[in-house]
Amino acid sequence: MTQAEQEIRFQEKIDREIKIEPNDWMPDEYRQTLVRQISQHAHSEIVGMLPEGNWITRAPNLRRKAVLLAKVQDEAGHGLYLYSAVETLGTSREQTIDDLHTGKAKYSSIFNYPALTWADIGTIGWLVDGAAIMNQVALCRTSYGPYARAMVKICKEESFHQRQGYESLIKLCNGTPQQKAMAQDAMNRFWWPALMMFGPSDAESTHSDQSIKWKIKRFTNDELRQSFVDATVAQAEILGLTIPDPNLKWNEARGHYDFSEINWDEFWQVVKGNGPCNKERLAARVKAKEEGAWVRDAATAFAKKRAMKKSA
Amino acid sequence: MSTNEWPLWEVFIRSKQGLNHKHVGSLRAPDATLALENARDVYTRRSEGISIWVVESAQIHATDIDEAASFFEPSDTKIYRHPTFYEVPDGVKHM
Repeated sequence: MTQAEQEIRFQEKIDREIKIEPNDWMPDEYRQTLVRQISQHAHSEIVGMLPEGNWITRAPNLRRKAVLLAKVQDEAGHGLYLYSAVETLGTSREQTIDDLHTGKAKYSSIFNYPALTWADIGTIGWLVDGAAIMNQVALCRTSYGPYARAMVKICKEESFHQRQGYESLIKLCNGTPQQKAMAQDAMNRFWWPALMMFGPSDAESTHSDQSIKWKIKRFTNDELRQSFVDATVAQAEILGLTIPDPNLKWNEARGHYDFSEINWDEFWQVVKGNGPCNKERLAARVKAKEEGAWVRDAATAFAKKRAMKKSA
Repeated sequence: MSTNEWPLWEVFIRSKQGLNHKHVGSLRAPDATLALENARDVYTRRSEGISIWVVESAQIHATDIDEAASFFEPSDTKIYRHPTFYEVPDGVKHM
C-alpha cells in the first residue's frame, strides 16, 4: 500500500470513530503531535505537584493536609499514566523526561506562577483543575486509544481536585474579612493565567486545524476557554468573589459571556521561560532526578543480584 | 544509571472476586516486587483492586495487526455459529 493510500485509510478510520492503537499505521506527524501533546500533559502533572507540594506542611489542619497530600499523589499518578501513553508511541520514557529537563519540552505555563498564600491552593483546585478538567473531559474521546483511556482514568479522579479547592474557598469566603480578602487576591492573580491554560487563540494556534481533523482535539482552544468562563462565573458569584475583568458580561445574542482580550505578551513571555517560576520549577525537577539517582541505582543493582541468585 | 534498564510491565487488576483480571496500563520497575508495589500506588489509589498481576511486556506475544484480517477471517465467515442464524417458529418457547 502506498503512503497516500495508507493516509486515506487512516483518515477513514478516524472519521468512523475507530480508535487508533499503538501498533496501527499512523502518519509520522500524527505520532509527533501526540508525543508533543501527551508528554507536555504528563510534564504538567508532574511540575504541577511543585506549587502544591510546597503547602503540604503548612496546611491549616490535618483534614486539609490529608486532602492536599492525596491530590498531589494523584498528580504523580496522572503523570505516570501519561508517560506510559507516550511510551506506546515508541519514545523512551527517559528521553521524554530529559526533554523536559533540557527545556525542549514544555508544560502548562500556569505552574510557572507561585502559590503565595493558602488561598492560592483552593484557587488552584477550583480554577486550574477546573480549566484542566474542561480540557480533559474533551480529551476522553481523543482518537488515540491509550491517551483516551488515560484521560478517562484521570477525569474520574480529577473531579475531587476541583471540589476540594472550591470547598476550601467557601470556608475562606465565609470567614474573616482578611480570609475573604486573601481569597479575592488569589482570584485576581490566577484568573488570567487560568484562561491562558487553554493555549493561544484559534487564530494563532499552529496545530489546531490538523489536530481537529485527526480528532486528537475535539474542540478548539477558544471554544474550551469560552465553556470554562461560562461555567465559572456563577461559581464565583456563589463564593462572593469578583472576577478581575471589567468587560465580563453576559451576551444574550451569543448565549455566552463576553470577556476581555488576554494579555498575550504575558502568555508568550511565560511560555518562552520568563515567567516568575520557570527556572525554579525546572531546577526542582532536575534536582529530584539527580538526587534520586542512587535510589534507582540501588533498586536496579538489587534486582540484578536477586536475578543472579535465582539463576545460580 | 538510566531507568531504561528497567523493564516495562503490563498491569492487570481484579476489581472484585468473580471478575477477570483486566489490563489497566503499564509501568516501569526494576523487578516484580517493586512492579507490584508501584502498580498498587499508581492504579489502585481508590480501592480499584483486590488482586494485581504484573507481566513483563516483553513476555507478551500478540497477533500481528497487519495480519488481523486473515487471522480472524475463519470466525467472521461462520455466522451459523450464532443463535440468530437459525429460524424458529413463533410459538416455540424456552429456546
